[in-house]
This record gives sequence, C-alpha cells and structure tokens, in this order.
Amino acid sequence: MKQIVVISGKGGTGKTSLVASLAALAGTSVLADCDVDAADLYLVVQPSLVERYEFIGGKRAVIDHDACTACDLCRSLCRYNAITGGGEDLSVDPIACEGCGVCAWFCPERAIDMVDAVEGEWYVSDTRLGPMVHARLNPAGENSGKLVSLLRAEARSIAEIRRIDTILVDGSPGIGCPVIASITGADLILVATEPTLSGLHDLERVIGLTTHFGIPAMVVVNKYDINEANTRRIEELATKLGTGVAGRIRFDPAVTAAQVAGVPLVEHSSDGAASDMVEVWKRVRWTLSAGGFVT
Amino acid sequence: MRIGIASGKGGTGKTTVATNLARVAAMEHLSVVYLDCDVEEPNGQIFLRPEVKWRRPVTLPVPRVDLEVCDLCGECGEICEFSAIVPIGKKVLVFPQLCHSCGGCRLVCPLQAITEIPREVATLMGGEVGGVEYLQGLLNIGEAMSPPVIRALKAVAPQAELVIVDAPPGTSCPVVEAVRGCDRVLLVTEPTPFGLHDLELAMDTIGKLGIGCEVVINRAGANGEATRELCRNRGIEIAAELPDRRSIAEAYSRGEMAVDTDPDFCDRFLALLRRIEGWS
Repeated sequence: MKQIVVISGKGGTGKTSLVASLAALAGTSVLADCDVDAADLYLVVQPSLVERYEFIGGKRAVIDHDACTACDLCRSLCRYNAITGGGEDLSVDPIACEGCGVCAWFCPERAIDMVDAVEGEWYVSDTRLGPMVHARLNPAGENSGKLVSLLRAEARSIAEIRRIDTILVDGSPGIGCPVIASITGADLILVATEPTLSGLHDLERVIGLTTHFGIPAMVVVNKYDINEANTRRIEELATKLGTGVAGRIRFDPAVTAAQVAGVPLVEHSSDGAASDMVEVWKRVRWTLSAGGFVT
Repeated sequence: MRIGIASGKGGTGKTTVATNLARVAAMEHLSVVYLDCDVEEPNGQIFLRPEVKWRRPVTLPVPRVDLEVCDLCGECGEICEFSAIVPIGKKVLVFPQLCHSCGGCRLVCPLQAITEIPREVATLMGGEVGGVEYLQGLLNIGEAMSPPVIRALKAVAPQAELVIVDAPPGTSCPVVEAVRGCDRVLLVTEPTPFGLHDLELAMDTIGKLGIGCEVVINRAGANGEATRELCRNRGIEIAAELPDRRSIAEAYSRGEMAVDTDPDFCDRFLALLRRIEGWS
C-alpha cells in the first residue's frame, strides 16, 4: 500500500485540483480529504455518503452553577483566560477552553465537569474513483490534527479491507498541526507550489518539514508560466534540498472550468494543464515503483 | 481600529489585501501596525520589506521532573489530558511537543518535584517600513501549535490608528486566535467554486466569534455573481472587488505590491481605506 500526500506550504496552489486528477488517473484509490478546515475535494469527486460520525475533538469545561461558590480559583488557575464573567455568572468560554481539565481537577466544590466537545463530523463515502473519507470541522473547531489522524487511520483500514493499493491524501496549507498529522508515515509527499516569491519562501519551510520527518518529497510547480525564472529557482532549490521534481503545470483557465463542472481536470480536458497532470502522475508512479527518485 | 484579514481557502489574496492596505494607510499618514499572524508561512515581509529592528524567541513553559524528589506517584500522568507527561517504570517521560503548557502537572505534584522550563517554539520579529510598523511570528519547523505564537505576537503589538491582522488560512484554532479581538474582519475570496464554498465556512467561523465582517472579492470578473449572491443572502457587504489582471499576478510573483504597480489598484485600496475609516 502506498500513501501519497499532497501539501503545499502556501495555500491556493492547486492541491485539491491535483489530487482529484491524480485520483482519476490512478484508477481506484482511497481518497482522504485531510484539509479539514476547508474540505473542497468533494466538490469535484461527487461522493455519495455511506457513513457519518461525530468527531469528538477533546473536552470542554462546564460549570455547574448550583454547586459553584464563585471562589474564583478556576480563573486564577486557567492559563487560557477561558473563565469569564464573575460572581454568580462565572462561565467558560468554549472557544478559549483548551480542555486541559485543571479547573475541574482543583475545584473545591467539584462544580466543573469536563464534557466531550463535538468539533465536527466525518464521513465515509463512495465515489466512482474509489472510497473516500472526509470531514467537516465545525466553524472555529479545534483539534484538526486529531481529525486528520483519524481520517488517515480510517483510509488505511479501508485500503486493507478492500485491497486497494493507493491512498491519496489532500493535505492542508501551512506547516503546523494538521500538516504534520497528514504527512507522518506517508510514502511520498507531493508539494504543490507556484512560481512566486511567496511560493518559494513557503516551499523552503515545507521541505524543511518533510526533511525533519524524513519523508521523500517531490515538488510540482503549478502555473509555472506566470514566472519562468522563479520556476527555475524553485526547481533548483528543490534539487539542492534533496527533493525531487515531479513536473510543471501551466496556467490554464480550464482548471477553474473543471471546478465549475464539478469534475477532475483530466476528465474535463485532455490538453493544457490536464496533459501536464498526466505527466506528473507518470513521474509519481515511476518514482514509487523505483522506490525513490534520482536527484 | 483593528481589522482582521482572513479567508477559509488559502491563496485568495489575504496578504495582498493586508499589505496594500497597510501601504495606502501609511501614505495617508495614519499610524499603522501590520501583524503577520500566519506564523506557519508569513509572507508579508516579502512585499513590505521592512527593516528588521528586533527579534525575540517565543517560549512555552514545559515540565521538568526532579527524579531525586519524585516518588513516582503518577498524579502528573493522571491530570495531563495530552499524554505529555507519562510516568513509566522508574522514570517520568516528558513529551514537550505534546504539552499544552496548562501547568496542571506542576500544580498537582504533591512533592513539588515538577518545575517549568521555557521551550523555544518560534521567533517574533519587528521592524518598520515607510510608516508601517511591521511585526511577524515565525513558527519553528516541526512545531505543531501555532495559536500560542499568535497570542505572543498579539501581546507585543503596539496600539495604532489602524492595526491590520493578516490571519492564516482555514477556519480552526489559528484563525480564531488571530482574529479574536478584532473590531471587524475582511474575508478575502476568489470567485471559484472552492473559493465560494470556503467563504461560506469562513463567514460561519467569524459569525460564531461575534465579529462583523465584509468581503473582498479578489480576481473578480463576470464569474463573481455567485459570490455576490451569497453576500446578499447573508446580508454581508462587499467592501471591495479587485479585478483579475495578469500584470498584477506577475508583479505578485516578483514580490511587488499591487498599489505600486497599477494606479487603478491604488485607487481601489484608497477607497477601501475610506470605507474602513467610516466604520469607526
């Protein structure tokens, strides 16, 4: 079983469009949309829902006002300023609460309960490209890293049971908690970037992350023709940092047109950026079968 | 006035809006503070190019156990919700990267065997450029938690007539931490199906925090109608539309600012600034 994870550092560089097309080219794979803050993959693979579950992100403190004597100890112990109000109106700001339970532990009246916090939902669906796991984090929800880990574990178990040998993971932007949860244990990371100074800057940090975790990575330059000099700089940087280059994708209005049509780009057109994505997929497959890339 | 610049989807133009707004506000002689709260991937400096004046580390307190004093009672492992401190055999293992710095283990230890030591997780940086006071946070690579870094950055930010908070993408904790305390939020979107979908999520997130918001449609054109309709239905006003121009995209790729590239963009950002001044 091979797990391919697409991440980017900088947002909006075309992760989801790339994942959808790779899925269409792969035949059958398990899809995992791990960009749980802004999960868009379903818009272009049209899943039909099979199972739905609540996501418990952690715990939240709740004050029982009948038992509370307003001693204020909880407020002085809370490092997240989550205890608000005063006197009889002492309450917990559920968004600020980290769920550490310190207030509940030390409350002399045992007036604070730690309750499960539902932070979203996650789903198992069927698509014509293979089974899919995805989620919806509640607005301002917490613990997206835990949700990502859950989705990836579910994707692995589906792949084992249904004997599917490729898992495609759509990751999130950045280098923090959900990204780390997306990449650990992956076989290959594709880093989608764009030939801008921002893209270059963010790429360097995201490659720092893949190197930190020792996972092989390859770079895909999206909209490469916006600035070809920067594209070359990116490819040189990638090579210097020991990362492979999986290809270039040209700027093409068909990418948005495919989104509007609700299909992967490679099913929407066969030339332009779609043909570039075919080349990327060939390179990825070759790299995985060769057990590594040549830098 | 403190304004958050946020979006659900990444790459819609938050930093473009935030930096150009900062530039025109400074040109109009307002005191301006720009806070780059996208501490995972801060890009404001690429465009504003501030002269760096100071750097300082961000540290978080994590436990250290004095095994000479510890009698392995296990209370610290009991209270920790994050499995960051685990008594095992004749040792107590600490996993600093899992620690949320709640301080519970230190408080609960009956023998006062636990102290807290600072662990560096990020660097804050401050500088100045053309009347804009610039601050950013930079999360160390491999660190998972950006909200405490954003909190530390906000804590050192000076007051000004206009404070611009450039938020990270998404709809979860880092965004919440960045925009909390803002008077209003500008949600930057692009007129694509992904942009529209994530704009709606971002509206829900900002709404849940009880902060008013308006929308900036970036790369706008004829295809912006669905976005305009969403805003009408939600009763959310469109603060500005920025047209889709390849020249702007190319300037962006070189790290150049839209207001310096195209007089029309300069006018649009001035109009946006006037609108923001009307809010206060």
